[in-house]
Amino acid sequence: MSKQRKAVALVSGGLDSMLAAKVVQEQGIQVEGINFFTGFCVEGHTHAIREKDRSRPKRNNALWVAEQLGMKLHIIDISADYKDVVLNPKHGYGANLNPCLDCKIFMVHKALEWMEANGFDFIITGEVVGQRPKSQRADTMPVVARESGAEDRLLRPLCAKNLPPTLPEREGWVDRERLHDFSGRSRKPQMALAAALGLEEYAQPAGGCCFLTDEHYSAKLADLWRARGERDYDLDDIMLLKVGRHLRPRPHFKLIIGREEGENNFLEGYRRRFIHLRTLGHTGPLVLVDGRVDRDDLELAARIAARYGQGRSAAAVEVQVEDPGGVLSTILTVAPLPPHEVAESWHV
Amino acid sequence: MSRHQLDARNLLCPMPVIRTQDRVATLAPGDMLEVFCTDPGALNDIPAWCRLNGHRVLETRRDGRDVVLVVEVGGEER
Ligand code: SF4
Repeated sequence: MSKQRKAVALVSGGLDSMLAAKVVQEQGIQVEGINFFTGFCVEGHTHAIREKDRSRPKRNNALWVAEQLGMKLHIIDISADYKDVVLNPKHGYGANLNPCLDCKIFMVHKALEWMEANGFDFIITGEVVGQRPKSQRADTMPVVARESGAEDRLLRPLCAKNLPPTLPEREGWVDRERLHDFSGRSRKPQMALAAALGLEEYAQPAGGCCFLTDEHYSAKLADLWRARGERDYDLDDIMLLKVGRHLRPRPHFKLIIGREEGENNFLEGYRRRFIHLRTLGHTGPLVLVDGRVDRDDLELAARIAARYGQGRSAAAVEVQVEDPGGVLSTILTVAPLPPHEVAESWHV
Repeated sequence: MSRHQLDARNLLCPMPVIRTQDRVATLAPGDMLEVFCTDPGALNDIPAWCRLNGHRVLETRRDGRDVVLVVEVGGEER
C-alpha cells in the first residue's frame, strides 16, 4: 500500500485557503492547517472589545474553516519573529505598511519548518496567480517558493496548472488534472468551486486579513515610529493601535482615548504601563498617555480627557492623573478643551 | 490528574486560543485547565479548538467581565 501523504495548509480563514485545502483533501491526502498569528491579524471579533460590536457573531475564521473541513488546526504565534518582516521587508511594502511578499515568504518558510518537524510531505497555499498586485504575480510566485526554501514542495492547488508541476504532482501524490488554473483578480472561479464542493458559507472573500493593509492603521504605526525616533514595536504597541481614538497634541506624546465602555475596559489592562487619566464626577473615557510628559502636557491631556467626557460643557472638571501602577495620583481641575481647539492634525 | 489555571485576560483573539494550546501541550491527558479570558470570542474559539484537537470543554461561565472555560485535556495531542 502506498504511504499516506500529508500536507500542511496555510489557513487564513478566507475562501482561497479553504478551497486549496479542500481540493487536496478530496484527493485523499491528510491535510492539517496552520494559522499564523502575526499580531496584525484582523479577526471577526478583534473589535469584540467594543460594546457596539458585541452583537456581531464572533468566531475565529481559521478555526471555523478547519471545523468545516474536518481538519486539525495549529495556531502559531510568529509575532516576535515577524517583526523583522515588518521592519525590514527586503521586497518592500505594498500600498500601505503591508510587506506582503516578504510575509508570504516568511510564512511558507515557517510552514516548511513545521512540515519537517512533524513529518509532513508538502505545503499548500491558496495563492492565485495575478490576484494580488505584489505578492501573487506570475513573477513573484517562484520567488516565494525559492526564498522560503520550500521550492517544489509548495503546491498552489487553485492555480497549479498555470505553474510548473511540483513534487507532489510529479510523484503522483496528487493528480495535477484535478487541480485548477485560476488566475487574475476575478473571484468567480473560486465561488463556483466553493459551490461545486458544497461549501455554502465562507468568510467574505475580499475581507482583509491584516491591519497592515489598512491605511489608517498604517498611519498610526508610522506615527509611532516617528515619535519614538526608531522603527520598533512590541505586541502591546500594535494591539493598542487597534483600540480607541489616538490624538497626538504634541510631538512627544500621544493620548489613547477609549471611545466607549468596552474600549475603556480593554485600556484598563494597560494602566500598569502608562500614565492614565479619568474624569471624576462625570462619566468619561479612560485616557492613556504614551510619551514623556511634563506638568503642562498633563494639563493639556486632562483638558482633552474632559472634552471627551460627559462634563464637556462644564466650566471645570476634575481629572485624576495616575502614574503607571497607580502609585502616585494627582487631581487636576481643568476647563474642558473646546472642540475647535482639538486640532485636526492631532488625530493620528 | 491535576488542575491548572491560565490567565488569558486582556488578550485578543486568537491569543487566548494560542495560550490555551501551548499550555495544554504541557499537560497530561485527563488534566484540567481553567482558562480566564476577557475576550468573549474565546467562548466560541476555545471550544472550537478543543473539538478539533480532541479535548473537552467541561464548563463555560461568565464571571463579571471574565469568561471562564474549563478544559479537560484529551489523549490525542501530538
Ligand atoms: S495582507 Fe498582511 S498577512 Fe496578508 S500577505 Fe500581506 S502582510 Fe501578510
